[in-house]
Amino acid sequence: MAGYLFGFMALAAFVAAFLGAARGRSKRFAATEKTHSRPIYHGLNAAIWTGVPAFVFLLLWLLFQNSVIDMLVIGSYPGADSLSGSEKNLLISEIRQVAAGSVFREPTPEITAAVAHLKSLQALSSWAMLAVVAALVAVGAFLGIRAIQTRYPARHSVERSVTWFMMFSSLVAILTTAGIVLSLVYEALQFFARVPATEFLFGLRWEPQIAIRADQVAGQGAFGMIPVLFGTFAVSALAMAVAIPTGILSAIYLTEYANERFRAVVKPLLEILAGIPTIVYGFFAVLTVAPLVRSLGLSIGIDSAPNSALAAGGVMGIMLIPFISSLSDDAFAAVPRAIREGSFALGATKGETIRKVLLPAALPGIVGGVLLALSRAVGETMIVVMAAGLIAKMTLNPFESVTTVTVQIVTLLIGDSEFDNPKTLAAFALGLVLFIITLGLNLIALRTVRKYREKY
Amino acid sequence: MATTDTIGGSPTAARPPVVWNSEEMAKRRKARYGADRRLQIYGMVAIAFALGFLAVLIGTLTFTGYRAFTQSMVTIDIDFSAAELNRDDLMDANWRTIFRQAVLDDVGELSRSEERDYFSMFTSSAPFLIRDQIIADPSILDGRATFMVPMSDPIDQLAKGLVNTDLPENQRRVNDKQVELFNQLKEKGAVTQPFNWALFLNADSRFPELAGLSGAISGSFWLLLVCFLISFPVGIAAAIYLEEFAPKNRFTDLIEININNLAAVPSVVFGLLGLAVFLGWFGLPRSAPLVGGMVLALMTLPTIIIVTRAALTSVPSSIREAALGIGASKHEAIFHHILPLSMPSIMTGTIIGLAQALGETAPLLLIGMNAFITSPPAGVLEASTALPTQIYIWADSPERGFVARTSAAILVLLGFLVLMNGIAIFLRQRFERRW
Repeated sequence: MAGYLFGFMALAAFVAAFLGAARGRSKRFAATEKTHSRPIYHGLNAAIWTGVPAFVFLLLWLLFQNSVIDMLVIGSYPGADSLSGSEKNLLISEIRQVAAGSVFREPTPEITAAVAHLKSLQALSSWAMLAVVAALVAVGAFLGIRAIQTRYPARHSVERSVTWFMMFSSLVAILTTAGIVLSLVYEALQFFARVPATEFLFGLRWEPQIAIRADQVAGQGAFGMIPVLFGTFAVSALAMAVAIPTGILSAIYLTEYANERFRAVVKPLLEILAGIPTIVYGFFAVLTVAPLVRSLGLSIGIDSAPNSALAAGGVMGIMLIPFISSLSDDAFAAVPRAIREGSFALGATKGETIRKVLLPAALPGIVGGVLLALSRAVGETMIVVMAAGLIAKMTLNPFESVTTVTVQIVTLLIGDSEFDNPKTLAAFALGLVLFIITLGLNLIALRTVRKYREKY
Repeated sequence: MATTDTIGGSPTAARPPVVWNSEEMAKRRKARYGADRRLQIYGMVAIAFALGFLAVLIGTLTFTGYRAFTQSMVTIDIDFSAAELNRDDLMDANWRTIFRQAVLDDVGELSRSEERDYFSMFTSSAPFLIRDQIIADPSILDGRATFMVPMSDPIDQLAKGLVNTDLPENQRRVNDKQVELFNQLKEKGAVTQPFNWALFLNADSRFPELAGLSGAISGSFWLLLVCFLISFPVGIAAAIYLEEFAPKNRFTDLIEININNLAAVPSVVFGLLGLAVFLGWFGLPRSAPLVGGMVLALMTLPTIIIVTRAALTSVPSSIREAALGIGASKHEAIFHHILPLSMPSIMTGTIIGLAQALGETAPLLLIGMNAFITSPPAGVLEASTALPTQIYIWADSPERGFVARTSAAILVLLGFLVLMNGIAIFLRQRFERRW
């Protein structure tokens, strides 16, 4: 239904544009005196009047109609005021399921009444939506076309609308950040209402397998994030141990030693590593790398887990090579030629120049790149979801399995997600921690890079 | 490590003159050039390591995945003139018996348990496949007809030589009788390995021999469509505003910092945003491509904004000035001249951004696009999977046949990525202007 309405609006706007342009072009206008705007602007103006108000209205209506209907249905349900938020959610999903026709047991009379109420509201809502959209389109088209006069500044009006759209678009970035922060903080606060913040921040045990129903057998549940954070940084450290030397050395070779043809071939090939989706790396880590690492560990006599931190971290490191390589590349390229040539003039070899002149000069840029890569490693999800473990352990043995923040977020939220138990909410608290860590790393990295740029 | 700072020194220092062609100096030079060469070799080793890994990655995936592009089929011959079936109710006819009778004709007498082993060699939905073909074309029922039916996963593995028949019988999923029956069928020429069209035409299934990617591919299509429809206009509009109209003040600085920051926020956090805001607060349907596309659009937006701004600034100001000089308004100068001229770069950047979005998995998992769905979605509000989440589902499935299928799905995904990046490179080389 909404799809047809969007189509109808687009068609109406198109027709209005056509009519408006035709009217703007008509002799009655051009013959008498000079018009302010060209016919196309009259048409566009009519189209904006016709389509935009209805479009905005329809979007808002679609976004909010479900929540409003739910609220009304729950509000009229007998005894709903005494229900908690989660019970209300359960109730509304039951009502919706019965309304959709999937009945598992005989619904109570209250539910049947609520379903009837829901259905009548839905019908009312869709008729109201249709009527309002039709009215908005009609009134908009009428006003838009009537506005066409010889001296009517249609171009100004169109340009103002376009400017408004552009301003709104540039706000989307802010709205997104605000949405992220608000939703994470809101759900995390809900979590801290159930689990004390001190336990979450400083607890040394992470066992989120708690009972959802009272009669289930499960652990007590512990939500201390330290071991999870530890695992995250252990995997990231392994990744950086692979990516930093490889990335910097390959950047050195490509910028300083390689000839133009080698560079033109190899650099895009390296960039492919960054373009491969992380799930592909994850599958490869499970399929090939993890068994190799395990047999390596066993052959040197270390007890190895099938999903070792080393396999996940190593593969993640490979993914980050092009990242560090291209940022170091930029940093080397930004070192002024004079410094390099001064070193050569003193008789230093190429290697000495690189180690003692270029590397120190490019260091801030390289550090910035490494920090950005670290932030990527911390936030990387699919490789660790597939290749790292689920049990939070504090171990320095890279052949053991550890878990990470992102793994826990995904495993806690996959499948069923009711927003009322600490298990689900814990994922949002972890998400907040992840957001803060990566934000901090990014800000420091950007500042480092910028400071360095000012120098030359 | 060779050091140079002791050589020479200040002229006032009482030091014997350096004899440059002495043995000692030659050794020193050698060490210094050696260090230089070593650094060069380390660099080459690093590059070789990275590229070698890339080769191993692609090689392994191709090697495990290419087998999934064929599927062992058995050709069976059914004589409908003898079969008893009610032609007015083809849907509910006893296709199972007809199918079993037909395949039993191909082999000799079997005991009861052998019969069971034999039937399990064919995909369990074989009778329905036959039924669907006949309902589509009832004229098949006049006389004899041949059908191609997929063999079940263990037999498919056997046909592809992946089952080690030297192992003791209880250590493999195919028993001796099945191997014997398989060889019998093979000698009759009934077993073929045609191209596995089902991989592209079927949706997901619990049985590897029937599982395909059509649901995932159409899900990804809807996702990218929604993502494009939102992020392309909004991204370009935001970029034009920031580049051409926005006053330089604190607020626009804040917007710019925000955009740079969003580009570096982990994708899983966008998933949390989608889950909490789009599903939780707005009550949009779970697993729907609409929600996934909206989340991906928010992730792609910074890329498009950054690319568009770079493209806009690269257009020479003489063009703007010429337009303004003959009386165009600022909007007209931008929308009639500068934007069209920077479109090729913007399209290139957009396609690359969409290619990234195509491979994105984590946010889609959080909004439930990893559900088991056996039909392709017909629109943006229907539950569906996407290519990367389908890979995730198959990678988690225990059946042997899914390993090859996962690799094949990855190859398909990589194929799409290569295609998109190829188009982007083509656009860049064909249309991009250097001023």
